[in-house]
Amino acid sequence: MGHMEYFTQQLINGVTLGSIYGLIAIGYTMVYGIIGMINFAHGDIFMVGSFVGLIALVVLGVSAATPFFLLILALLVVIAIAMALTAVWGWTVERIAYRPLRGSFRLAPLITAIGMSITLQNFVQISQGARVKPVQPIITGGYSLMEKDGFVVQISNIQIIIVVLTVILMAGFTTLISKTSLGRAQRACEQDARMASLLGINVDRTISLTFVMGAALAAVAGVMFVLYYGVIDFYIGFLAGVKAFTAAVLGGIGSLPGAMLGGLLIGLIETFWSAYFSIEYKDVAAFSILVIALIFLPSGLLGRPEVEKV
Amino acid sequence: MNRWESDPILTVEHLTMRFGGLVAIDDLSFSVGRGDITAIIGPNGAGKTTVFNCVTGFYKPTEGRIAIALDKADAETLERLTAGGQRMSEDRNILLLDRMPDFEIARDARVARTFQNIRLFGGMTVLENLFVAQHNKLMLASNYTIGGIFGLSRYRKGQDDALGRARYWLEQIDLIDRADDPAADLPYGAQRRLEIARAMCTGPKLLCLDEPAAGLNPRESAELNTLLRFIRDEHGISVLLIEHDMGVVMEISDHIVVLDYGEKISDGAADFVRHDPKVIAAYLGVEDEEVETPAEQGASG
Repeated sequence: MGHMEYFTQQLINGVTLGSIYGLIAIGYTMVYGIIGMINFAHGDIFMVGSFVGLIALVVLGVSAATPFFLLILALLVVIAIAMALTAVWGWTVERIAYRPLRGSFRLAPLITAIGMSITLQNFVQISQGARVKPVQPIITGGYSLMEKDGFVVQISNIQIIIVVLTVILMAGFTTLISKTSLGRAQRACEQDARMASLLGINVDRTISLTFVMGAALAAVAGVMFVLYYGVIDFYIGFLAGVKAFTAAVLGGIGSLPGAMLGGLLIGLIETFWSAYFSIEYKDVAAFSILVIALIFLPSGLLGRPEVEKV
Repeated sequence: MNRWESDPILTVEHLTMRFGGLVAIDDLSFSVGRGDITAIIGPNGAGKTTVFNCVTGFYKPTEGRIAIALDKADAETLERLTAGGQRMSEDRNILLLDRMPDFEIARDARVARTFQNIRLFGGMTVLENLFVAQHNKLMLASNYTIGGIFGLSRYRKGQDDALGRARYWLEQIDLIDRADDPAADLPYGAQRRLEIARAMCTGPKLLCLDEPAAGLNPRESAELNTLLRFIRDEHGISVLLIEHDMGVVMEISDHIVVLDYGEKISDGAADFVRHDPKVIAAYLGVEDEEVETPAEQGASG
């Protein structure tokens, strides 16, 4: 087994995992940017997204036997359904748990966020059952990139889909934030919500839309998670959520490119740690990064240091 | 008759604002004439900024009525709306600001405001600052972003209009060359001008400026006067401003309201206010008993 080949394989796996983390991390970073709170329920929104995706896959009867073009079409439909329904969940969480507390002390929405996280978990646990939900592989096949001493470096079709879809979504999302009026309004609210309001921007609606967007991206991550790992349960949101949060902090919370970079790094660190050191301690590795980032790099890799508002 | 009596764009009646036990504004009434430059002056802590905060929806007044008449003052409709508990008349001419949240005051009542301390979006470019001010128009034109994504022609027209408006105001404030620079990089005086341009890009009928001349040098002050006159004369916008710089106030104001300790002590044209003994007393700190002429004469005359 060649070192280069092994390394390449881990790199492919790490980038795939990092893409999923990155998609979730955007939701954390955007919400933090606009209202300065950590939405601890976001990981569970991702979990809800994966369940919606799974149910949609089952209802549409998608399987590995589905013809190629139909499969692509079905996947797009599943992603669209998951995005739409999960976005409603994200919107609802903000509406009932965070908006009434706006202007309250800073800890209040954090506490309700944890409450919403538990609520979502319990809701899914009760309505869908506590057992893990396996799903047959739907997207199969892949390409062998290189081979040495019997070790084959493979990139599977689902990995390609995940990475390509993530790149497309992130490019689209970056354009949305930097070029459209909606994105400008979000950035304006981020800098000075009061002033944005005085220019006629409906700040509450802008915040709602931020939650909707974050939830929609998390839903895509959820569907990808189902397709990649083939098994989900009501608890996956916790670990994935905390890791995506770590990614957002590492990249610089509040920074969009930071969330993408952080997600990629956490995915790579976790994968390489599992591959070269110990798979049992992969979560420890990820969270050690969180601690190190918080101590030595509190504003993250791409974050701006907190500027005092005058 | 004065414009602030014959056709006021803004009427503030019996406005009271209490913070706990502190009475910041006590039963204040005044009007702003359509097409006038109106100044609110008074010593520090007189409640000037509080008035602004009530007008623009930052504070909910404890008591009182604040109404705007976008096209024509109409006392009858105003009374009907007040009694009926409505926010605005069907034709959107009369709006009760004390009943509206701040973004609606900016969007529907078309009141724009600047702050004593500059509140530009520093991380955004000069042009983006002016685009943010046109958010509602752009959102409508882009069918709430959906149309924008598909590049519909209506969106492109909306975008062109917004760019045109932004360019126009950048030319007026002489910042067209710096359109793509971050707003925070501009010198102080330019940031002040940009704030006014941004407020104008919202398409206001009433422009509220909180100490626009603060920190400006005499040349910049003079330019500001020219800009404010231009806004009033060429665009017919009514201007309400708080200012400490008496040079600016006396030179450009059509109408001056003087506050002291949350109460109105004088109200009238510049010449009247300048010679009002109550005003002189408030500014120089003379005891009230030494003042002979009551200011109420001016208020009603």
